[in-house]
Amino acid sequence: MQAHERITAAIDAATQSGRPALVPFITAGYPKPDDFIRTLKAIAAVGDVVELGIPFSDPMADGMTIQRSSFEALQQGVSLKWIFEQLDSASGEIDAPLVMMSYLNPLLAFGYDKLADRALAAGVCGFIVPDLPLEESADLRAALEVNGLGLVQLVTPATPERRLQTLCEASRGFVYAVTITGITGGAAGLPADLADYLDKVARLSSLPVCAGFGIRAREDVAAVGRHAAGAVVGSALVEVLERGDDPQPYLRSLLGQ
Amino acid sequence: MSALLQAGEASALLDAAIRGELPDERGRFGPFGGRYVPETLVPAFERLEDGVREHLHDAAFQAEFQKELREWVGRPTALTYAPRLSESWGADVWLKREDLAHTGAHKINNAIGQAILAKRLGARRVIAETGAGQHGVASAAACARVGLPCSVYMGAVDMERQSPNVDRMRRLGAEVVAVESGDKTLRAAIDEALRTWVTDPEGIYYLLGSAVGAHPYPYLVRELQLVIGQEARQQMIDLAGGLPDVAFACVGGGSNAIGLFYPLLGDDIELIGVEAGGTGSGLGQNAATLATGTPGVLQGSYTIILQDDDGQVQETHSISAGLDYSGVGPEHALLQATGRVHYISASDDEALEALEELCASEGILTALETSHAFAAAKKYAGEHPGRRILIGNSGRGDKDMPTLTRYPARTRSHAGA
Ligand SMILES: Cc1ncc(COP(=O)(O)O)c(C=O)c1O
Repeated sequence: MQAHERITAAIDAATQSGRPALVPFITAGYPKPDDFIRTLKAIAAVGDVVELGIPFSDPMADGMTIQRSSFEALQQGVSLKWIFEQLDSASGEIDAPLVMMSYLNPLLAFGYDKLADRALAAGVCGFIVPDLPLEESADLRAALEVNGLGLVQLVTPATPERRLQTLCEASRGFVYAVTITGITGGAAGLPADLADYLDKVARLSSLPVCAGFGIRAREDVAAVGRHAAGAVVGSALVEVLERGDDPQPYLRSLLGQ
Repeated sequence: MSALLQAGEASALLDAAIRGELPDERGRFGPFGGRYVPETLVPAFERLEDGVREHLHDAAFQAEFQKELREWVGRPTALTYAPRLSESWGADVWLKREDLAHTGAHKINNAIGQAILAKRLGARRVIAETGAGQHGVASAAACARVGLPCSVYMGAVDMERQSPNVDRMRRLGAEVVAVESGDKTLRAAIDEALRTWVTDPEGIYYLLGSAVGAHPYPYLVRELQLVIGQEARQQMIDLAGGLPDVAFACVGGGSNAIGLFYPLLGDDIELIGVEAGGTGSGLGQNAATLATGTPGVLQGSYTIILQDDDGQVQETHSISAGLDYSGVGPEHALLQATGRVHYISASDDEALEALEELCASEGILTALETSHAFAAAKKYAGEHPGRRILIGNSGRGDKDMPTLTRYPARTRSHAGA
């Protein structure tokens, strides 16, 4: 099985057991770098796929929570190199497939070929790059494909139908359906016409669709789960960790467990 | 930096630039440029690109734009001979007076052009970022002129050091939004404007103020600013008796510099861009992006940026808010890589000194940004006596009074001597 197929399989397994897949997001090394692997293991024990945020100096698609977590993690010396070292030290102990969420520049600086090798060795199965549209992604995609790693495409409510189809076909692992026209961490709740939009994406995609942005509570996961295979929970989980709370009860509560 | 291009590639790209073939259809200036934006904004950028293609060189748009430049902005701006500077530097010094344009800087050329475009594209409101506040003031004025609401994002640090411009924006009817995130200067203001645009990509028009960012902005801003170089070129022939030997412009994102340089690329004129040397050469002490930076992606474009080994963008320092930026327009990255334009820097102190000298000897209070170009030109004149020098006087310095009052005038006696 190629690495990106592990992501799809993990989401499909949740679907088969009759519940939405849960995709928790954390900013690597936040709030405390020393707790990174312990936190990651705890989250991976409940989540089906884990999204690992690489901190960046200019998180232009992110709201206050992830801006803050990113800034603090950088202040404490978190880097892609450090993250790979930590993941190597925990190899074989993290259950869920990992997807790295990074802005492009840290990946460029690391070097694409080295990135693909280190990622495969560390159990990373795919990447989400929020400032890399499909049209600019050929080089990174080619480097990742050598190792069977996937580049997950985002689609949004602003995406025209023809482009939606292209993005769904190009995506690997799953299709990430952004729920709102906006940045992460919004408190405005999910839009009223979410169901139609998610149904449309699901119809166009042969991969499972996971919805993210603005998902905070059990009702959100349930609402999304009726029209998509899974839900990504980011800012709300980062806030739980920020408060020093145990993430497992929170994540279980999202699934009604 | 020429190592960034293969042998032979540099001259082919420079020829393409001179022939007006760049950016290419992918928004590239050779390896630089492109469009690295969140997926939510991709349709908005495509609409903008289509709108630029449809309107920018259309006769009706150009007629309205040229009329506004003439009757509202006050173009053409003067070309001024600087006799006392010429004498003291041992050169023949000419100034292209963008400080005389409405609202006091070259920024208005771009602002009114894009405001007219926004109106034609059916925008409900306009957002803009600003560093020195000159682009914010220009955007506020242009939006008032065309009848669109305007919100300006400005770093909290810049709001303090350019406070006169904050009041001007508000009086011109704009909302000024203080940006407390990131470095609280221009880069953070652009990030925040992009985050706002993402919330309403159809209704908002983002009026970007320099030749930076994702395609088509570097192209659009250049096309709206090249009036500076076109006028200056003709004025030099008419008034100075010929083209200059060398032209200087300050470079923040690079809009006044590309506006002045672009129409001169094919001429036998040395072109020198001047960045902010700040207080020293260490990372974080300056904003000398092209002189010390490396290739990377920042705010939508592959260009030269100031970053650490991990690809984290570095904070900058400059006494001038308008040059205090860790990136630079992608066309400048190409012009440096081809060797056509040289990019050097002037320090905070050199800029302050140049500002005082220009005040005392020619009666012109220039902007702190612009002062960097004067400082570099003076040094050049000392090393190359007898040259005919053109300086892009990008803006006036009234906005800098809060900073200048902290530095007592040193050369006041010079004026009375
Ligand atoms: C007077 C003046 N000159 C120059 C600049 C730098 O911008 P650019 O490099 O885009 O010309 C600014 C920016 O605010 C400015 O106000």
